[in-house]
Amino acid sequence: MSIVETIMQYIGAALILGGSVFCVIGAIGVIRLPDFYSRCHAAGVTDSAGAAGVLFGLCFMSAPLIAFKLITILAFLWLSSSVATHALVQAAYARGVRVENPRVKDWTHGQETSAKKEGEA
Amino acid sequence: MIETNSIALVFFAFLLVIGVAVTVQRNLFAASMLTGIFSLVSAALFTLMDAVDVAFTEAAVGAGFSTVLFLATLALTKDTEKPGVKRPFAATFVVLLTGGALIYGTLDMPAWGTSEAPIHAHTASYFVTHSITDIGLPNIVTSVLASYRGYDTFGELLVVFTAGTGVTLLMQRKGLFRPGALAIPPKSRAPYVREMPVVRAVAKTMLPFILLFALYVQAHGDFGPGGGFQAGVIFATGFVLYGLIWGPAKLQPIIGGRPVQGLMASGVLLYGGVGVFCLLMGYPFLDYSALTPDHPVHGQHYGIFLVELGVGITVSAVMLIIYFVFSVRPRVGRGAGELGP
Repeated sequence: MSIVETIMQYIGAALILGGSVFCVIGAIGVIRLPDFYSRCHAAGVTDSAGAAGVLFGLCFMSAPLIAFKLITILAFLWLSSSVATHALVQAAYARGVRVENPRVKDWTHGQETSAKKEGEA
Repeated sequence: MIETNSIALVFFAFLLVIGVAVTVQRNLFAASMLTGIFSLVSAALFTLMDAVDVAFTEAAVGAGFSTVLFLATLALTKDTEKPGVKRPFAATFVVLLTGGALIYGTLDMPAWGTSEAPIHAHTASYFVTHSITDIGLPNIVTSVLASYRGYDTFGELLVVFTAGTGVTLLMQRKGLFRPGALAIPPKSRAPYVREMPVVRAVAKTMLPFILLFALYVQAHGDFGPGGGFQAGVIFATGFVLYGLIWGPAKLQPIIGGRPVQGLMASGVLLYGGVGVFCLLMGYPFLDYSALTPDHPVHGQHYGIFLVELGVGITVSAVMLIIYFVFSVRPRVGRGAGELGP
């Protein structure tokens, strides 16, 4: 194996490792983050950064044609999964899913809740 | 080998966990998503075992299409299991007994990958050694599926066709397939995906590529994983994506008419017609060498192409019709279909 190929292998391995780290971070985020919207963000990290790291890493390790196919898959993933997250969050917002993090001001339904509180007072 | 085994073990553990989660889960949406994930993990397992064609089908049908069917059905009913339903003792006992019998049955199976398995003892070695000279396709799976085992595949196609006709007969209501029978529902408080501009734009961009990919899978089945079954499902998935976003009512002018029902039958007719043509030429049924008697291998190529085309047409038409009848529900008393909530 030539030096260039060895270097490519190492770059690929590093990228795959980076992508895997993003996947793990996303998984931890889905479990640990307090409410629906931030969990969606964590799941999105897995789809975009995690998949990108792994697929780019595999690109460095494979033949040009396969690398092209991998990049096509990546483009499809970036388009579809980010749009899926968008649709998910928008549907949740329309159905009235609230931000439940106590440290964050509820900006989604802030006006309604403040109006209600004024009414009660 | 050890690596492969340990990866397979991890996947099997995933399958077990997902299976238990599906039975425990009371929310039917979550349960149907979990079954989709189950299929996806099985597909990964099949890939690991070098059964790429099977994995492709499992990913397209199990993880993709049947999940959509589940969701379309759930949109018409309630999304949680009926509360207070006890898990009866007798049913649990029967399930455990059947499962135990199945596991006991697998003990007699040959070890995974062993060369002494019965399947390798009979015809498999003949297929591996002779298929390049007999048929000349790089993908032996396609040679076996469409030529050596053409009868079996014809039977499978008939099963798909029967499923399509059965579902149509069971679910068809008067006027369901009539143009304009489905009303486009008024705007509701919760937005449909079709009111999200980003989703619409991206779906419109991806649709032609999905259909093109289906044609690629159809044509490339001779050389790599793929073929009529996978291509048919992917082709239907393109239309189903359209139906999911713009609603089945918009899809109705395309699917609702006679043409798709006709396509459902014409794929089977194409497959059977090739067989009958072989008979008429004085060859055995589905012996494609009859197509070009001067050059038997070319005949095999033409035959496999036509037969796979028939499979693709029937499968995609059946998938479209099944999705369509599942995603609309009749307006009570009028007989006309209407959209789910």
